Amino acid sequence: MIPVGFEYARPDSVDGALALLAEHGEDATVLAGGHSLLPVMKLRLAAPELIIDIGRLTELSHIDVDGDEVVIGAGARHRAVESSELLAAECPLLPAVARTVGDPQVRHRGTIGGSLAHADPASDLPAAVLAIGGSVVLRGPQGTRTVPITEFYTGMFSTVKEPNELITEIRVPRTGGAGWAYEKFVRRANDWAIVGVAVVDNRVGLVNMCATPLRATATEEALAAGASIADAAALAAEGTDPSEDLTATREYRRHLARVLTERALTTANA
Amino acid sequence: MSIMGTRVVRNEDPVFLSRGATYTDDLTDDRLTGALHLTLVRSPLAHARITSVDVEEARQAPGVVAVLTGADIDLAPAKLFPMAADGMVRHWLATDKVRFVGEPVAAVLTEQPYQGQDAADLVEIDYDPLPAVVDLRAAASDEVLLFDEAGTNTSNGFGLDEEFDEHLFDDCAVVVTQEIVNQRLAACPLETRAASAVWGEDERFTLWASTQNAHMARDEVAGWLGVDASAVHLITPDVGGGFGAKIGADPEFALVCWLARHTGRPVRWNETRSENMTGMLQGRAQLQTVTIGGNRDGDVLAYRIDVLADAGAYPRIGILLPMFTRMMAPAVYDIPKVESRARVVVTTTTSTGAYRGAGRPEATAAIERAMDLFAAEIGKDPADVRRRNLIAPDKFPFTTKGGAVYDSGEYAKALDAVLEAAGYAELRAEQARRREQGGPIQLGIGVSVFVEITGGGAFAEDASVEVHPDGTVTVLTGTSPHGQGHATAWAMLASEHLGIPVEKITVKHGDTDLIPSGVGTMGSRSLQTGGVAVYQAAGELVALAKQRAADLLEASVDDLEVADGAVGVRGTESAVTLAQLAEREPLRVDSNFDSGAPSFPFGAHLAVVEVDVESGKAVVDRIVTIDDAGPVLNPLLAHGQRHGGIAQGIAQALLEEVVYDADGNPLTATFADYAFPSAAELPSFTLVEMETPTHLNPLGVKGVGEAGTIGATPAVQSAVVDAVSHLGVRHIDMPTSPLRVWTAINAAAGSAK
Amino acid sequence: MTTKIEMTVNGEAASADVEPRLLLAHYLRDVLGLKATNIGCDTTSCGACTVLLDGESVKSCTVLAVQADQQSVTTMEGLSPDPEQLHPVPAAFRAEHGLQCGFCTPGMVMAAVSLLAENPKPTEQEVREGLEGNLCRCTGYHNIVRAVLVASGQSAEKVHDDDTEKAPSGGLAAAPGFSVGDETGGSGS
Repeated sequence: MIPVGFEYARPDSVDGALALLAEHGEDATVLAGGHSLLPVMKLRLAAPELIIDIGRLTELSHIDVDGDEVVIGAGARHRAVESSELLAAECPLLPAVARTVGDPQVRHRGTIGGSLAHADPASDLPAAVLAIGGSVVLRGPQGTRTVPITEFYTGMFSTVKEPNELITEIRVPRTGGAGWAYEKFVRRANDWAIVGVAVVDNRVGLVNMCATPLRATATEEALAAGASIADAAALAAEGTDPSEDLTATREYRRHLARVLTERALTTANA
Repeated sequence: MSIMGTRVVRNEDPVFLSRGATYTDDLTDDRLTGALHLTLVRSPLAHARITSVDVEEARQAPGVVAVLTGADIDLAPAKLFPMAADGMVRHWLATDKVRFVGEPVAAVLTEQPYQGQDAADLVEIDYDPLPAVVDLRAAASDEVLLFDEAGTNTSNGFGLDEEFDEHLFDDCAVVVTQEIVNQRLAACPLETRAASAVWGEDERFTLWASTQNAHMARDEVAGWLGVDASAVHLITPDVGGGFGAKIGADPEFALVCWLARHTGRPVRWNETRSENMTGMLQGRAQLQTVTIGGNRDGDVLAYRIDVLADAGAYPRIGILLPMFTRMMAPAVYDIPKVESRARVVVTTTTSTGAYRGAGRPEATAAIERAMDLFAAEIGKDPADVRRRNLIAPDKFPFTTKGGAVYDSGEYAKALDAVLEAAGYAELRAEQARRREQGGPIQLGIGVSVFVEITGGGAFAEDASVEVHPDGTVTVLTGTSPHGQGHATAWAMLASEHLGIPVEKITVKHGDTDLIPSGVGTMGSRSLQTGGVAVYQAAGELVALAKQRAADLLEASVDDLEVADGAVGVRGTESAVTLAQLAEREPLRVDSNFDSGAPSFPFGAHLAVVEVDVESGKAVVDRIVTIDDAGPVLNPLLAHGQRHGGIAQGIAQALLEEVVYDADGNPLTATFADYAFPSAAELPSFTLVEMETPTHLNPLGVKGVGEAGTIGATPAVQSAVVDAVSHLGVRHIDMPTSPLRVWTAINAAAGSAK
Repeated sequence: MTTKIEMTVNGEAASADVEPRLLLAHYLRDVLGLKATNIGCDTTSCGACTVLLDGESVKSCTVLAVQADQQSVTTMEGLSPDPEQLHPVPAAFRAEHGLQCGFCTPGMVMAAVSLLAENPKPTEQEVREGLEGNLCRCTGYHNIVRAVLVASGQSAEKVHDDDTEKAPSGGLAAAPGFSVGDETGGSGS
């Protein structure tokens, strides 16, 4: 119900946060929106000794165009992404997906960087960014590096981000008029997706079909080879490794992946 | 101008909507200054022997004043519900054994609440696991016993000695049998359980507790503590919902009192939601086998229901409820032969109790499912088959095969009204169109006709009405509202007689020192007992006032009339206000009303559901309901009760389920995992009005609080099955989750090959 | 270790030395004595603890008091200092009987205030989805939805009692996140 005690720091810059991370190593955890971290700490499943609060760093909250990409500060709240006119024009899948994350209160706090860093396979945004095909900008003591999103996720709740690094930006291509859709299958509006399918420009990102978000590559290849949407969607579960829980069996998830992929592709190509 | 039947906004709300109500955890009473905070350490295992408890490290933690285990609690364990089998006793903190995940094993008392969680983590308990008992049939086999002293897992039963008649269905051309699960539910009031207590110098406990029944809770706690009831002063602050799960007292209340006396300091306890999801009484949890038989014209000739009910680990009020299931088994139908039986068994799970409907939703859901299966088997419209078998309106009072005496009912009228309001013929036409088009979104229509018993078991209630010299009024009631709006409704009833506006009438409840006796609020009893008592008391006060005024005004009582809070001589200016009378002599009446019998509200619900046959997802599109509980006192409040019940009824059909794994681990013990609906999962509701009075009280009123759960659940379940019946599906257990619906469609398709 | 925090709460300056782990909800209730905000769960699900943080609804059980340092917080008490003069949103809740036991109400009211600030004329469906983070067990939401529509200056009869043509909440097609793939250029939610 309430976390184990910890120390708290609120640096006034990204570099300040990095310095603290370098100093404290694994004893420290970064806090942005707090809606992945704090629930876990309240259940005492995590007990960091130091919390580094970067939630108010304005240098992380921008949404701008940069050439043929849109650059989103890692600290941009879901609400900002959801309501961004710029993204609605340049990369409309992303605000549509952000609108489905949690509820309005969660979206006022949660950040896109936090969501990607947390790497919950049931999260919406990681799979959406995967479908869009962007990249993640990381900064650490060694400097800045940009990792394509296709290489970012390594396993359940794990990414290539080192503990002493921060995500500073997410870069997404301007997808222009490319057809897009997001299908999120839930029991209740506020639930995690049982299965989700994000489509943009006939690239398909799957939510909760594996330990990480993944692309439905068999479907994409079939489409590229001229298959019908129905035939391509029938392959959507290939290469996936869905889990079993109270809401779904593995077979049911595979079935949903196929059904939702067909629907998302139909919408996107309408 | 009569206030009865008018829409009056609530007296409670200005405070509730500004500084907020005061729930038990909000209290800042002086008597609770310096209170210790209680944190309970609870068992992570469903069934185990406790081999050691080490509290030394916990005792050293910051802010810890005491850490106690079962051995430290000098209080005899108790059988918490008298009807249970002997030997099924609960210790206040588990001593040798734990029997459900969440059972309290140690008590940590700290100066500040946060410290309690830290210290609780330091308590080390060793367990020797035992096999869990979760499946009801396995429990009934007595292979693994929860209570060696009891020698059985059967807590109690109803009708167990009566043999079923193997010829019951001999004259039935058509017989259908179905096993049905009426699944375990969590009550989920938004306020979890809370209690605070202090042991006074006057050697009395003052106990503040979130309960639906102040006097019952006081008596239970006093009994458990081994003291006289007069030694416990129980005060009910505002209560954030109960739904039956807060009936009476929980064992933690006695523990809080005992700890307060033991430490000499007040003790406060407020559980987390996770604790609540394993610690609070849960509802339903019946395994039912129904058999229905009749002829091909649609006459039902015989019905049987065999119930195996789950008591959870320690028998509580839940073990009584199958009695109501049996009583209400034939429901609204005039069936010549009815048999029923119920066995209640303990399992290594959370104890069961009353949850909105408490035994009656189970009965209705079972027979409504049976009627649908029978109708499907003979190929007739389910609404027509129901109508054919309903108890005719001229047969009331009607004594049923379940032993109930139904006071009044217009079942066919309710059914036809709801079919008309919903546009049944158009709905069937739309369903046919969609089936022909073969698209993914199919339409399902489900109908239920129901009757339910309200006010059962406790027909009398007290009230007192007093007019003060300043013109305000105090009403004391033995009922115990927790959202129902009695402060407004009872004020209306008093206002009707007194002519004093509702805003000047204060209704008090829930304080056992202030209110000598009361039964509380449960089973939809309050209006027909407590409300009528208030109405009666106000009427008696007016009669008393007239007598006093007659002397004062030198007039005959027959020439006097009461209006706007004054007694006046008709046709003259001569009058005296009730306030003035109260100035001369206290003006108060204490009254008691005893209706002598329960009443039987009834209704019909029609649910329209859309099912995506590709994914199995079902959504309620519309629900049209009649919930006839006699004359409506305040439509605002009555509709609110219907809405809440309908929402919970839909939730049982579509979404909610408490799940345990085979080891007795609860899998739905948080609000994230338990599918409690939000506004986004529900439609708005169409309420149709119908008022059929009862002769049991002068207002003709019955109880409306639980009707929604009883009518809505079977209507929605029926609609979901109906939506996919053309694919060969005959039955889907609740909740009809997307996975269940998809599985049923596949199974039907598989068996069709 | 304690940290000094300063906040404006319901228009008044407040400061305290608090443990970093103190939840904003407990700061409001136990340090400032503002008891209206309630805690109903421990998984950020129920929204009973909803307050406004710099004007936006947040679940105060999932915000640390230290995170709100230098910010402004509004609780239900702050909307209506005088119970006889309720702010328009809680006033609508009273008029439409959008509360019964009252426990979810402070959070529900604050969520409604934030919803209307962001979407001044919502449809019924937008109200329902906008309140998906606030659970109520008593009302079935019917009257809460009416109250929010009334507070927005729209007719509560949009919540149909009379319009029997089409599901007011849109049926399956309007269920969040759902579509059958036949809309143009977008998804179902």
